[in-house]
Amino acid sequence: MTWVNVVVQGLLLGGLYALFATGLSLMFGVMRLVNLAHGDLSIVAAFVALAIVDAVPVNPLWTLLVVVPLLFGVGYLLQRGLLNFTLRGNDPLPPVLVTFGLSIILQNLLLEVFSADSQGLDAGRIENASIRVSDRLAVGWFPLLTLVTAVGVLVGLQLLLSRTRLGRSFRATSDDPEAAALVGLDHRHVFAMATAIALATVAVAGLFLGVRTTFTPSVGPTRLIFAFEAVIIGGLGSIWGTLAGGLVLGVAQTLGAQLSPGWGVLAGNLVFLAVLAFRPTGLLGREVPA
Amino acid sequence: MLLEVDRVASFYGDFQALFEVSLQVAEGETVAVIGANGAGKSTLLRTVVGLQDRATGTVSFDGRPLDGIPTHRRLGLGIAMVPEGRRIFPSLTVEENLKVGAVRDRPGRWDVASVLALFPALADRRDRPGTLLSGGEQQMLAIGRALMANPRLLLLDEVSLGLAPLVVRRIYETLPEITAAGATVVLVEQDIGQALAGADRVYCLLEGRVALQGRAADLTREQITEAYFGLRASG
Repeated sequence: MTWVNVVVQGLLLGGLYALFATGLSLMFGVMRLVNLAHGDLSIVAAFVALAIVDAVPVNPLWTLLVVVPLLFGVGYLLQRGLLNFTLRGNDPLPPVLVTFGLSIILQNLLLEVFSADSQGLDAGRIENASIRVSDRLAVGWFPLLTLVTAVGVLVGLQLLLSRTRLGRSFRATSDDPEAAALVGLDHRHVFAMATAIALATVAVAGLFLGVRTTFTPSVGPTRLIFAFEAVIIGGLGSIWGTLAGGLVLGVAQTLGAQLSPGWGVLAGNLVFLAVLAFRPTGLLGREVPA
Repeated sequence: MLLEVDRVASFYGDFQALFEVSLQVAEGETVAVIGANGAGKSTLLRTVVGLQDRATGTVSFDGRPLDGIPTHRRLGLGIAMVPEGRRIFPSLTVEENLKVGAVRDRPGRWDVASVLALFPALADRRDRPGTLLSGGEQQMLAIGRALMANPRLLLLDEVSLGLAPLVVRRIYETLPEITAAGATVVLVEQDIGQALAGADRVYCLLEGRVALQGRAADLTREQITEAYFGLRASG
């Protein structure tokens, strides 16, 4: 029963990782851009929520109504005003350097404004309430909400990609930017919309992280690594792979931590390495043309 | 003039692909641009849609210079191109490839239903990925995708390339219906017979220059062969 509990808690933790991985997966899928500031942007979202809660006493979950549109807008402007310029030509280095620099700038800005103190978002009773399944197994309401939200976001994204005009324009531009221009698509706008939606999901992820645990201005890169691992484990370019990758990473970490408290992150990294070594396309990834 | 290309030069790095090329197309005409491999035919079309960033001279559409207007906006004006190699979007189904062609929402005769009626071979494959079609069907899909924008000017680049003669004929048979719906057509061809049969007027490019132009009916085989290969008839 302990092990069942560990796996269940791992799946719930995996929901958070999947939420983090969504935006990274979308941006890479649409424009082959690895956003190294991904984790830091989620922490920015958490701090913005914190600032709102400090000013107006509301449950932090309500701040989603502000933080999600805010990061959507930031994403659009960031892509249109900066990142698009790093994608000229086929050189993979400029986006990596620019987003790495952005990551450092964001961390230092947060440090300047909010200090290095550990912060947390208090969502009230939902944080500790749980559903008692049996003597040994309880499912926390908040982790469950996180997992459900992650699935909801991923289903929504899948529907957006497969059913809408915007989704078609994402796929067409990702396939062939020049042919996309010939059908009237402006890749600068399409890419900016992709980053806007990616950062909207990052806002949700950052907020849920802030409620689940404490955060400081410097924890972004760790979030990036977990998100990156989830994307790779699941398989690049696959929405369901992103969910699967998050869940596998979550379970690996809780199983590792159950064996020995220090082995949680290590176990996740080992699973990530094993996938890279034995199944580089990821669990659900399609073959990526070289 | 619907399309006026005035002394256009175009470059790939140090290589100059077009030299002072001028061309006029009136509304309702079908004009063929022929020439051997590397004569600059595709470069000319790419310049008209704005995909050649290193070009000089002026391209005007409906009397309006297109300088500085990016490719995706030129489609909004009514200039659509079927690119060489078809460039079907592999992640999109046949129907989605058509729908994505309508992003600029220009009103007109063509929509998914009428394009599928024009190319019935596509109709029962509409839910398949576009790249799983045969070469001929992909070419039909590429033309259909361009028609979805209801273009005033349709540029066709090497429609017959790599296709069986029968398939080429079937594709060319749809041209009258396309022009009847209001599109002026500029087609680039290596196949001289096909070009002369389908076009009102012909331009022949040789090494980046216009070597011959005239009404398709007035040109003789000898004139064309000479311009096409750069041979002197007396030689």
